[in-house]
Amino acid sequence: MSAALLRISGLTKAYPGVVANDDVSFEIAPGEVHALLGENGAGKSTLVKMIYGLVKPDSGTMTLRDAPFTPAEPRAARAEGVAMVFQHFSLFEALNVAENIALGMEHPPKMRDLATRIREVSDTYGLPLDPYRTVGDLSAGERQRVEIIRCLLQDPKLLIMDEPTSVLTPQEVEILFRTLRKLTDEGVAILYISHKLEEIRSLCDHATILRLGRNVGSCVPRETSARDMAEMMVGQAFEAPARAGRELGEVALDVKDLSLSAPSEFGTALKNLTFTVQMGEVLGIGGVAGNGQDELLAALSGEMPSTPGAVLLKGQPIGRLGPVARRALGVLAAPEERLGHAAAPDMSLTENALLTGAQREGLLSRGFLKWRATEAFANRIIDTFDVRTPGPDNVARSLSGGNLQKFVIGREVLQRPEVLIVNQPTWGVDAAAAAAIRQALLDLAAGGTAIVCISQDLDELMEISDRFCALNEGRLSDIKPARGLSVDEIGLMMGGAHGMDLAHA
Amino acid sequence: MVRLEKRPQPSKLWTYLTPLVAVICTMVAGGALFSLLGKNPVEAIATIFWEPLFGEFAFYYRPQLLIKGAPLVLIAIGLSLGFRAGIWNIGAEGQFIIGALTGAGVGLAFYPAEGWYIFPLMMIAGAFGGWVWAMIPAILRTRFGTNEILVSLMLVYVAEQLLAKMALGLLRNPDGHGFPGSRNFQQYPSGHNAELITGTGMHWGVVAALIAVIFAYVLLNRHILGYHIRLAGQAPRAARFAGVSPTRLVLFCLGTSGALAGLAGMFEVSGPAGQVSIDFNVGYGFTAIIVAFLGRLHPVGILLAGLLMALTYIGGEIAQSNLGLPAAAIQMFQGMLLFFLLAIDVLTNFRVRLSRREVV
Repeated sequence: MSAALLRISGLTKAYPGVVANDDVSFEIAPGEVHALLGENGAGKSTLVKMIYGLVKPDSGTMTLRDAPFTPAEPRAARAEGVAMVFQHFSLFEALNVAENIALGMEHPPKMRDLATRIREVSDTYGLPLDPYRTVGDLSAGERQRVEIIRCLLQDPKLLIMDEPTSVLTPQEVEILFRTLRKLTDEGVAILYISHKLEEIRSLCDHATILRLGRNVGSCVPRETSARDMAEMMVGQAFEAPARAGRELGEVALDVKDLSLSAPSEFGTALKNLTFTVQMGEVLGIGGVAGNGQDELLAALSGEMPSTPGAVLLKGQPIGRLGPVARRALGVLAAPEERLGHAAAPDMSLTENALLTGAQREGLLSRGFLKWRATEAFANRIIDTFDVRTPGPDNVARSLSGGNLQKFVIGREVLQRPEVLIVNQPTWGVDAAAAAAIRQALLDLAAGGTAIVCISQDLDELMEISDRFCALNEGRLSDIKPARGLSVDEIGLMMGGAHGMDLAHA
Repeated sequence: MVRLEKRPQPSKLWTYLTPLVAVICTMVAGGALFSLLGKNPVEAIATIFWEPLFGEFAFYYRPQLLIKGAPLVLIAIGLSLGFRAGIWNIGAEGQFIIGALTGAGVGLAFYPAEGWYIFPLMMIAGAFGGWVWAMIPAILRTRFGTNEILVSLMLVYVAEQLLAKMALGLLRNPDGHGFPGSRNFQQYPSGHNAELITGTGMHWGVVAALIAVIFAYVLLNRHILGYHIRLAGQAPRAARFAGVSPTRLVLFCLGTSGALAGLAGMFEVSGPAGQVSIDFNVGYGFTAIIVAFLGRLHPVGILLAGLLMALTYIGGEIAQSNLGLPAAAIQMFQGMLLFFLLAIDVLTNFRVRLSRREVV
């Protein structure tokens, strides 16, 4: 029994009003890739935070190499050989790679020695990275390599990875997996958090499945079908969205040679974007985060005006119009960032319904607000899209991510748009809510709306789009029919593996 | 160990309780301050809060409450619009002075003609003067991205120099035997902001302040512009997404607060102060910032806070003369009010949790 590197038994952690982890137990052997599988809110993050010393468990025990393991803080966990790569990077964009890594070390060596070590590690594990490049210029995949190398320099025994592939192209995922396999060959154990079932099947030896904080099962992913794992994760059988056969109409949105300079130093400039979307069509735009997705949404929603002829709605130039005028014409949008962009966190749902609904829902009369009509609109969104909240008076930030996302998407869908632009419509949303949102988008398209769906979730894009293209460094790839695209093709459209040629310059 | 924990929703209870608790804390800490100065703290506090309202000479002090409160409320209402939108006009004092100069200037230009139209023209001129002075930081910000806090604040000192120049030069009373200061409006009925009902302290400035309160309340709660102001302050990106133009918002908020401050200056100079003199302004523009926050940037709150602040002004003066408290102690007392308000304000969004320090 002493084969286990890390053994967790009966770990429980409760927050006010919610039990994040309830009696969770599993163990990881050296050299094993162990998947932690579950929907958003299933308690995966809390569990790894306890292992990494960020959160203290209420009860239960952990042992590392048969010795009691109670890290009081991440530093203590790192000293014991536990390292973690977070989903959100903590890097300074204005500093270079080596400087960023030095910042996280307790006794950083001289910069030149450190650079040499970074090169060694990056060669050994096949993670191409130039220590002297500025982080602000790196792609998301390269930034992740910085974080991984930062961990590897500590010589870890257990590496925790939180949703590592959500920011990677398929080619970059391959590179990452090769690195991880090399590590496990050396006896490093990896705790791998994800909800992407296929990648868990190809990479992981064991999987522990969490649902609502409980350990609801474990399996050997290679021998279990993705469907079975999904059902364990969700706790019920669920249906993929149905796409009705539909006729495409005339061209609704016509973007011609759209170029915009970057709004901030680390933003992305849009370069000569050209595409059309027909009525009833879903255009999927993939790409790794930070390649111009936010800017494209802003250019289409009217937040960033362009030259008049760069954006045409049914032939009418709207490039210079602001968001209000575009909404009046039927061009609606739902940005990625729910809190602070799509919705005001400290305002009630009623007030947030007004945010984009004022014009099309007739919530104003001569500039004065019709609160009763606004509240009715908010209630209609809540009912139609099954938003779980005590009522429209609750502030937006009190809702869970999935519920707020349903509200934000529902707010636009109910306004019967001519063109709808969504960015990351199901990011951080549980499977059931994601399916509902995708279904709503498909239903809307069936009714003749042209939809531009910007997303980093390739499965989602393949599921709902008619045609697919990718944003890469502010440029758009060729547009191809989504049906029949191979993963390799998609990966190349997304720009392949970033920085492979530059790394050892 | 005491910990602060973010509330899922801002507490309604604490939103209303905060100003009250802040006033009580100020009384306690102020009392301690006064006793350190060798005064009887209970007597000092009672003098400040009780004497003006119910004391022997209350008949004199009660009208003062309106006279001192009105400019504070009028200015603070304007400031609160900008503060809600994250637009920081710190220079209301300067706009107050310029409004007084332009308002008085128009009135004096008509002297000695009499006519019903003179006072309304002075009001328009006062508001316009304040508006123009506030447009300087507004345009500099929207055109060149300058910081409106610094520009508006620095313009206060420019305005003070202008005031001195005017009181000694252009606007000086030609019949004043060379003394600085303009003609006194109390001797010029058409330009005098007189009491509407004798002995109440009720003048046109008080009426304007009350109208401003109602106007601001309707704007913030029932009009799309008020909604956009609140949205821009809470979530600037969401505001841009909603279609709010930051430029127009800056121009509107700074312009409105400038116009109201200018109007207040004009009412002050043509009424209670009576004449343009080098130092007729007594810091209403700065105190109004405290009033705006003390009133939680809410129109009704500002009305109450303005009266409270006026009370501490009047009570403070009584305490100075009756008990010999130094003026600096009174100013500290007023400063404490804002300090405690901001400190206790944390409880609206956070709750205090007592937890034992976790043993490693």
